[in-house]
Amino acid sequence: MDQNYILDSGKYLSGLQDRIIYLGDVKGGLEWGHLQDLLNEVQKIRRNIFEFQEKELLRQIRNLEDRISFFEARVAEGLTPIEVVNIARSVQRFTLQDILENVYDSFTELGGEGDCNIDPAVLVARATISRRVKNRIYFHQVMVIGHEKGKGEEFRNGGSAKPWGNEKALRYMKVAEAEGIPIHSYIFTPGAYPTEDYPGAAQQIARNLYQMAKLRVPVVAFISEGGSGGAEAIGLADIRLMASRGYYSVISPEGAAAIEGHIKEGEQLPRKLVEHCAEQLKITAQDNLSLKTIDRIVEEPPLGARKEDFAFFRRLRYEIIRATDEVVLKTKSFRAFRVYALKRQAMETENGICEEFRLYINWSLSDSEKARLLENRSRKYRNMGHGYNELRQSVVSRLAQAGDTAKQSYYDIRYGLLRHHSRSVQKILEEVSSEGFIFLKTVTEPMRAAYDFVFPKPETPTRTELSTPVRRSIFVEEWEQYISPLANEDRTVTCPNAEKYGCRDLWVPDLYGEFCGVCPSCGHHFPLEYQWYLENLFDKGSVREFNQHIASTNPLNFHGLDAKLKKAVERTNRHSALITFGAEVHGVKLIVAMLYSNFRSGTVGAAEGEKFVRACDKARTTRRPFLAYIHTTGGIRIHEGTLGVIQMPRCTLAVREYIDSGGLYMVVYDNNSYAGPVASFLGCSPYQVGIRSSRIGFAGPRVIRETTGADVPPDYHSAKNALKRGHIQGIWDRRDFRKNLFEAMMTMGSPHLYYK
Amino acid sequence: MDINLNDLLRKYKSHPYEDHKIDAPHTGLVFFKVRDGQEVAGPSGQWLQKPGTLLYILERENNPKRMYSAFTGRVAGLRAGLEGSFVQAGEQLLTIQHRLNRDEIIDRILRDVLQVFRAPQRARYFFTPETVTFLEKKTDKGLPIAPGDEIIIMSLMKRDSFLPYEGAPGIIYKVYFQQGDLVEQDSPLFGVCPPEKLPFVQKVIQRIRTEWDD
Repeated sequence: MDQNYILDSGKYLSGLQDRIIYLGDVKGGLEWGHLQDLLNEVQKIRRNIFEFQEKELLRQIRNLEDRISFFEARVAEGLTPIEVVNIARSVQRFTLQDILENVYDSFTELGGEGDCNIDPAVLVARATISRRVKNRIYFHQVMVIGHEKGKGEEFRNGGSAKPWGNEKALRYMKVAEAEGIPIHSYIFTPGAYPTEDYPGAAQQIARNLYQMAKLRVPVVAFISEGGSGGAEAIGLADIRLMASRGYYSVISPEGAAAIEGHIKEGEQLPRKLVEHCAEQLKITAQDNLSLKTIDRIVEEPPLGARKEDFAFFRRLRYEIIRATDEVVLKTKSFRAFRVYALKRQAMETENGICEEFRLYINWSLSDSEKARLLENRSRKYRNMGHGYNELRQSVVSRLAQAGDTAKQSYYDIRYGLLRHHSRSVQKILEEVSSEGFIFLKTVTEPMRAAYDFVFPKPETPTRTELSTPVRRSIFVEEWEQYISPLANEDRTVTCPNAEKYGCRDLWVPDLYGEFCGVCPSCGHHFPLEYQWYLENLFDKGSVREFNQHIASTNPLNFHGLDAKLKKAVERTNRHSALITFGAEVHGVKLIVAMLYSNFRSGTVGAAEGEKFVRACDKARTTRRPFLAYIHTTGGIRIHEGTLGVIQMPRCTLAVREYIDSGGLYMVVYDNNSYAGPVASFLGCSPYQVGIRSSRIGFAGPRVIRETTGADVPPDYHSAKNALKRGHIQGIWDRRDFRKNLFEAMMTMGSPHLYYK
Repeated sequence: MDINLNDLLRKYKSHPYEDHKIDAPHTGLVFFKVRDGQEVAGPSGQWLQKPGTLLYILERENNPKRMYSAFTGRVAGLRAGLEGSFVQAGEQLLTIQHRLNRDEIIDRILRDVLQVFRAPQRARYFFTPETVTFLEKKTDKGLPIAPGDEIIIMSLMKRDSFLPYEGAPGIIYKVYFQQGDLVEQDSPLFGVCPPEKLPFVQKVIQRIRTEWDD
């Protein structure tokens, strides 16, 4: 008997100890509220447990528990965003393995187990989840994909998925699609592991997003710790749930503090600054719900759920089934869903979370339902992340916008309906002619003449023109008309490769004039302003900008951003970091989206995302090739928080729809291209090219050093290495950009393009 | 023996430095950023990506070029009189005295005494299994080698070829590569010591190891 009470008390004391440590985790140390003293007391009682009488021991325990409960209540009362981050990062928090054990009835882990795994940070399991409807149990098969932080297991990398882990996730997404079972993805990641090794962090995330955009099965995501790109790799879902004590952010508060405070590498981050950034980034579940980057919050206990919070798992189970039902029902008919929703609401109001569901919903979809699922997904993401301003447009711009609608009908008829018939007629004529019925020639000739009259051949260049000398060369006529302002200095500069290749000093007017910013000895490309490309890449006077009225703003009221934006607008006379325009190259019309460095380092926020989506749509409607020229991009604009992050799936979805419609999407990287955009709507392009001397990657050297603890060589992100890793498909010389672009447009892309 | 041990040691003790003369690579105005006697560092980092100490700025045609130290050592013979003045290409500006450490001195002496066998091509190199077995025993005698002996395997493009040793007979005294290393063309593979010089070499190294203070 005695032994039993000691045994029970021992376990209880161990639980109390864990609660104190957890409080310390939340408050960022045991100094707060003298938690260390409290912990010492518990440990002392544990050590001397045999010296206590039963009554005395129980009294001591009760006393301790009262004090701990008091502290817990105090902490829960005023949780700050950084404390929420601490909760999400705590080793005592529930992990995906706890969810698999408590939410699902059974599961089989796929692609490895424990540390015997291609990437232990990514866990994939085929699982069964059940529901009770009128005393009958129904089982659903699902594919569970998520991050496993492990409980202190180092080999899990804290849930930071490596590129091959994300590749594994994608592989099993395709399996789920083939089998027609829904996907439940669980996001527990501080961010993706920043390595460029094949398949590459950024490129693999981009591939995942590209596939998920049109995955023909319901996807429900649950976010506990959503760290930017790493979260998006498995997070493009039809419904996004979020734990009430989780966080979802564009960057870690520490990363934001280092950028905002200009903290040098290795220096201690001021705690106040980190807290300030956590607050400004709007990372909590409530913030994200109001930003509409998530759909619902799954309530947790006030201080967050831990591995033994079974009530929470019950709720999660209910919510995940309900969310999957909702996705499925939305693909059926509106009425059915309404009926269901009303019933569910009534049920919930009466009983809170209940074990029994009123309806059994079959989660398999027919072909038409799958099509509706994709439509819903597209609509959902297109309606997300609208944190931009629409400036007043001039009458001309408004007329142009109205003209776009008219154009759509024109292009549909001209290059859709008529083109289709024209091809059919042409095919018949060719077949008839090839039969060799010479006597029919007299009949077909007038028909062909009539056909040529009705459908005149487009006056667009063809591939054969490539063999003839290009009439307009950038070195002869056009180049002379635009000279970079950088050339207006009487001085010389030294090529960075001078020591290696013995390059001579270059006279600036020569370098930025005749040499187009290219070292004649080693071919190093000196950076040039984006205007140079506007002037030299496209036919003279063909650039027609659109959507200039979409302006970057400060949707989260991030402290100091307004002033920075104002400065950028004054400097550039533009309102966002993305320029979208229609242009021509040797007479071929194309749509271009250009991210440039002068405006907030080419970072992507809601305005840039919206402009990109609209440019994609315009290219789709007008059946033109679409070029994303990245003069520079520094990633997602951190000051816009998850409104910026959401542009990753949003723009990728637009790109996917453009490519699926038969478009030609090309990406050309120049100078520096990093992070979110590369890991989404840029990295997903089948044709990616780097301009010489450019750098392409996921995270910069400092972030890699700080995250992985390993240094990277100076040329780690060079275009040459990106080519070796297969991230890009070629390296272009700046002087051949126009020629190569034209050749690419002639040789690549489907017959859907207007000039083909 | 034609080399006197005491003379050799005295030479290094009296001036334990390697002098690197720093000349102006081209004409221009010179502005020094170091002073005489100052310790300077050479490039650092795993890939030597961090430049060494800034020595001077050489400005020509409004192009101020920052010149960094390629060696670790001490500045000597700084021509302070040239500060701010126009210099010709090749004009000596300063000297960096790099203090030699124990291993560097041993390496220099060995380079004088040993006959070095170099890699004919950029490839992976291995010793033959018998040679490895012999070398692993770490006997004091060293591995004797004669012209025509095939003790090295060059592995290139999945083809392994034996390399015959060409040079004077002797004993392999120093191996400069690890089994299977990718060795650049003309980099040393091993050094052979003529048998008659072996006691002398061992003595020198022994003396330097015990007497030299890093």
